[in-house]
Amino acid sequence: MSKRWISLRRLRQLGMLGMNCRNVDFINRYNDRKLFPLVDNKLKTKLLAQEYDVPTPSLRCVVREQHEISHIERQLAVMDSFALKPAKGSGGKGIVVVIGRKGDDFVRSSGALLSLTDIRRHMSNILAGLYSLGGASDVAIVEDLVAFDDCFSGYSYEGVPDIRIIVFQGYPVMAMLRLATHASDGKANLHQGAVGVGLSLDDGRCLNAVQFSKVVKIHPDTERPLSDIQVPGWRDILILAAQCHDMTGLGYIGTDLVLDKALGPQLLELNARPGLSIQVANGRGLLPRLRHIESLAGSRRLSPEQRVDYCMRHFVAVGGQSPPGIL
Amino acid sequence: MNQKRTFFSVLVLMALIGILTAVLRHTISGTPFFPGQSTSVWLVEARVDFEATGGPVTASLSLPGLKAPGFALYEEQAASPGYGFSILEENGNRRAEWTKREATGEQSLYYSAHLVESDQDNSSGVGKPAGENRNVAWEAAQELAAKEVLDRARETSSSPQSLTRELIKLLNSPASNQNTALLRSDNIDQAELVMNLLGREDIATRSVMGLYLEDARRRQTLTPMIEIHTGREWLLVNPQTGEVGIPPNLLLWHRGGVSVLDVSGGGKSQVAFSMIKQTVPAAQLAKAQNSGSIFSRLGVHGLPIEEQSMFKFLLLLPLGAAVVVFMRVMIGLKTSGTFMPILIALAFLQTSLVPGLISFISVVAMGLALRSYLSRLNLLLVARIATLIVLVIFIISALSIIGYQMGYSTGMTITFFPMIIIAWTIERMSILWEEEGSQEVLIQGGGSLVVAVLAYLIMQTQLLNHLTFNFPELNLVLLALILAMGQYTGYKLTELRRFRAMDEL
Repeated sequence: MSKRWISLRRLRQLGMLGMNCRNVDFINRYNDRKLFPLVDNKLKTKLLAQEYDVPTPSLRCVVREQHEISHIERQLAVMDSFALKPAKGSGGKGIVVVIGRKGDDFVRSSGALLSLTDIRRHMSNILAGLYSLGGASDVAIVEDLVAFDDCFSGYSYEGVPDIRIIVFQGYPVMAMLRLATHASDGKANLHQGAVGVGLSLDDGRCLNAVQFSKVVKIHPDTERPLSDIQVPGWRDILILAAQCHDMTGLGYIGTDLVLDKALGPQLLELNARPGLSIQVANGRGLLPRLRHIESLAGSRRLSPEQRVDYCMRHFVAVGGQSPPGIL
Repeated sequence: MNQKRTFFSVLVLMALIGILTAVLRHTISGTPFFPGQSTSVWLVEARVDFEATGGPVTASLSLPGLKAPGFALYEEQAASPGYGFSILEENGNRRAEWTKREATGEQSLYYSAHLVESDQDNSSGVGKPAGENRNVAWEAAQELAAKEVLDRARETSSSPQSLTRELIKLLNSPASNQNTALLRSDNIDQAELVMNLLGREDIATRSVMGLYLEDARRRQTLTPMIEIHTGREWLLVNPQTGEVGIPPNLLLWHRGGVSVLDVSGGGKSQVAFSMIKQTVPAAQLAKAQNSGSIFSRLGVHGLPIEEQSMFKFLLLLPLGAAVVVFMRVMIGLKTSGTFMPILIALAFLQTSLVPGLISFISVVAMGLALRSYLSRLNLLLVARIATLIVLVIFIISALSIIGYQMGYSTGMTITFFPMIIIAWTIERMSILWEEEGSQEVLIQGGGSLVVAVLAYLIMQTQLLNHLTFNFPELNLVLLALILAMGQYTGYKLTELRRFRAMDEL
């Protein structure tokens, strides 16, 4: 680490979006408060996605009341693998991924076994609000497990590699791939130690990668060079992200997508207050792109495909760092 | 953009209103901007002694005007057991009147007044001569002597005041000729003599009694002075020295022809004065002086003392809130719970800093230890927090009792901490511990403490304490500041560090 601080001038020059600016100029201005529940509740997001034909892991069952838990085994019997989630959980908390059965027990992705009683207790905890913000009561959702595409094998340790795309007024403006590491305990959150890989908007190749705000060249656990990464089916992924704007009406969102082996890109969840680390992973600030999109406001309505094509054409990165003037 | 401009002009307007009101309050009510400023106050006591003859008694003492030149009276009282007392006003002169149906023997009546040195104009007033043009009948020899003295004085003077000065100089000159000796022959006092002489010159005069204020003097008497009318205004002249104008330490006690003290139903009456100079905080004085003004009604001072001390705390809260906003928006410190630091800072105000810090940290640490056991019990949230509140109360009681037994009375101050807030803090920190690890707990807990200590340091500053309490309108300025910070879209200080990797690319 050469320097401990970065100068204010340099931050401005890079067009970095700060927390205050994000909150005042983008979230407060473009995200209507009353739309927040749509993204803060995974169940609502999922139902909305189904309504708009946005691909998402299909919902198997919802547990809303305590008494439903007592006969949950009938519903789970037909499923070999599934993901159990709290609808209002954040940061991947309270998610149990079951990948198979062993006798009466359930096998977790980590290999640990869970009894039916364990599953019931976990559901009970979810309903009591153990994982929701402020302890509000919650519902548990059970959904199909995503069969991860092989293209990222060797790039993620234990956890799920997901793609975070910031969508501003329907335009995808920046993307990154989040790889779980040993340090992040299989979670894909950057501040917990996941590797963030900035992705070029035109073709989905790696631009730059960081872990704990430091540049890395290889995955710290699997030691595969990160610069080889190129996400397949990039345009479809961007289109899926762009659709989320039309679906929710939120102007500034972070979309979390995963690639399914058979079904292609799937929407996992949405975030109305997406973090700022994506800029570090990309090695460039969001602000010039956001302002550029703002300057387009008022021009004719475009379809998600048209918007994606616009971004793929205009937000081209040259090398690791874009020279000034290029968005 | 336009909206932003309106917003900021409203903010500027708000701040200006706050500042202007404060300045207005300062100029009108004299509330000082800085704490610890004090004004000297003269406590003057007049003691009237006489021997009552057994019948009804009326004693009447002339009093200084409410706004005597150079001094303002702000408090007066009379102490005289068994006497009825009232202050009467007759043609501009105030008199104190003591009355009693029956009195015998030595009587002592007291009147005391608090006077503040003020910088009102020192002239004795303008206007038509309401005094007297003395026209005394002189004896033939005196008549001649007076004429001669006046002629000499007139020669070396040009105006009533210079004439008076020259006249007094002549009367005082050691080489005084027979003329002056003749004039003084019937033991007339100098003030009277000068007034008589000036009467011959058609200069209006009036007699005045002044009191020289000197710290810690007893048994002082009034000094006779005269005022002459120059044709335009009244001027005070010292008949002994010929000095014109009111000396700074002279209090005009009595004016006009009536006597200073009148006692009916008694004899051997006399009045003596004692005085002492006190230093009183200017704020307190302003409070006492303006009990009726609009500002005192809009200020906190009109409330009973008990409510005032509560307001003292309440009016400090905006400062703490501004500190929190600044630290979170501009600096980017993470705190656990948005305004928890202010409440802790308020508790610090009661406990003082170091004992407060020690007890806070120990209570929270113990609470966290107990909470880690609670989390194994798998309780519902509300029950868990209620349990924590009870535990926190146990811890605090135990600490203060142990502290007290060990001889630290400061242990008792622990009870000032807001228990419910502490319980919530422990709950939040323990969740944070489980979810994000101990490091995040240290960051947020440390951040909260830093903000709390900073807020405490600002809130206990004498000057700010004084300003928020005496000028509540200044909180408008703070409000404008907070609103302005709410629109700040620049980088936080911590972001300069968070994004430092951008330099390596």
